[in-house]
Amino acid sequence: MRRASLYAKERTYMKANKSFIEAVFHGTFFACGMLSIAFVLGITTYLVWTGIPAIAEVGVVDFFLGRVWNPSSDQFGILPFILTSVYGTLGALALGLPLGLFTALYLSKYARPNAKRVISSAVALLAGIPSVVYGLVGMIVLVPMVQLAFGLSSGATLLAAIVVLTIMILPYIVNVSSTALEAVPRDYEEGSLALGATKTETYFKVSLHAARSGVAAAIIQGVGRALGEAMAIIMVAGNVANMPHFFTSVRFLTTAIVSEMSYASYGSLHRQALFSIGLVLFAFIVLVNVILNVIARRREQ
Amino acid sequence: MNSFEIDRLNLWYGSHQALRDVSIDIPEHQVTALIGPSGCGKSTFLKTLNRMQDLVEGVRIEGRVLFYGKDIYAPKVDVTTLRSQVGMVFQKANPFPMSIYDNVAYGPRIHGIRNREALDALVEESLKDAALWDEVKDRLKKSALGLSGGQQQRLCIARALAVKPEVLLLDESTSALDPMSTGQIEELVGELKQDYTVIMVTHNMQQAVRVSDCAAFFLLGDLVEFSPTDALFNNPKDQRTADYVSGRFG
Repeated sequence: MRRASLYAKERTYMKANKSFIEAVFHGTFFACGMLSIAFVLGITTYLVWTGIPAIAEVGVVDFFLGRVWNPSSDQFGILPFILTSVYGTLGALALGLPLGLFTALYLSKYARPNAKRVISSAVALLAGIPSVVYGLVGMIVLVPMVQLAFGLSSGATLLAAIVVLTIMILPYIVNVSSTALEAVPRDYEEGSLALGATKTETYFKVSLHAARSGVAAAIIQGVGRALGEAMAIIMVAGNVANMPHFFTSVRFLTTAIVSEMSYASYGSLHRQALFSIGLVLFAFIVLVNVILNVIARRREQ
Repeated sequence: MNSFEIDRLNLWYGSHQALRDVSIDIPEHQVTALIGPSGCGKSTFLKTLNRMQDLVEGVRIEGRVLFYGKDIYAPKVDVTTLRSQVGMVFQKANPFPMSIYDNVAYGPRIHGIRNREALDALVEESLKDAALWDEVKDRLKKSALGLSGGQQQRLCIARALAVKPEVLLLDESTSALDPMSTGQIEELVGELKQDYTVIMVTHNMQQAVRVSDCAAFFLLGDLVEFSPTDALFNNPKDQRTADYVSGRFG
């Protein structure tokens, strides 16, 4: 009798102890989760806080539509950067999307297991290469090639940047779209083949159509990646604040910040304008992610 | 006239022989039912007729399959032409994730019809032939995936009819449907045989009796018996057929 009640006591004691540990862990996990939100909110607040003053001082129109960026004469027009980022991203997409989709089609529909394994690991490796290495190789190999091929005084141009960005977004497009293509039910493809369609017709008209939300997600990921890239393209794009053209040196939103932050003096309008560029870039990325979420949600339905 | 004349057809999946010396002449404008227990080779046989077997890895086929006198396994045969003449409806309804209209127009578009009016007419005709037009004519632009199972299967029939085949292969096409939808499709098959040769695999012996003119009984890769449906069910020549149709195994 005594013994039984002793056990009972011990048991309740254990239980209290357990639920205390549970509560500690629960709290820790919760805090970690909150931390991410805090980071996002913190960064957003900081960017808005630091980004607004320069835009207000320069004027919305002059800031966004000004064609000249010349801090020494207090000209802070970022239209060249915006357009360069947009053109660069679209250009990379125009090259990378077909290339990536064809690779994805090959991997998901045609490739034998061995070829697939080799290509998949190459693509995975491509995703893992640090961007500074892309920049390095681009600078040493690609830039001279562009210079030679088009007879330019310098090959460090928007074109070179687009090529580098294309290679950098390729793994994202390949991975996301080949996953989507592999998920297309075999039934659809057999239905098409049984109607007398060739394999190629089937893959383009049925499989890609069925995988279109996955392809859209791939595009958005590529866009996000290309917009945010700085290190690789600063090394191949010449980094001059020109209005964008394929064969001129250009500066992106990202590279504008990277290249000038170190010598923009504290408290100056110049430094504040760089923060404003950061805010613009951030707004672009948020927009891209919102679109991605909308697509993902539509896909779930 | 025969749609298909098949002479000593043998088929192997790797080292497993799935069809053994199958010889059979399939008459045109009739409904031929292929019956037999699971794994007897009836679906395998059906898929040799439009060469969907080509898609199976490691398949080997010997023998001769003549489609209106032409050997469909001859080296120069264009599989896409063959498949546009020998349409197929699968066990599970597989409409494309597109609109009803685009599903039916898919085949004609693949085969080069671009003219809007021609497509419209073809879509309407095919849906009418598949007894689906009245149910969907007001929502042709809506997704085909919103249709019921039976409607989806009739849409697949319409999709196959839209490429103007000579033969329609049905691979247990009612096995996933409710009795009402099954009845509709059986009725439809009865009407289709005026214009098409229908060859159907079915698990359901009552269905074979209700719908077919001829029936072929397969067992373990052999064609045991091929007769008019009445004769096969009421007066089988082979003891194995008799055992199967009387429900002694299967």
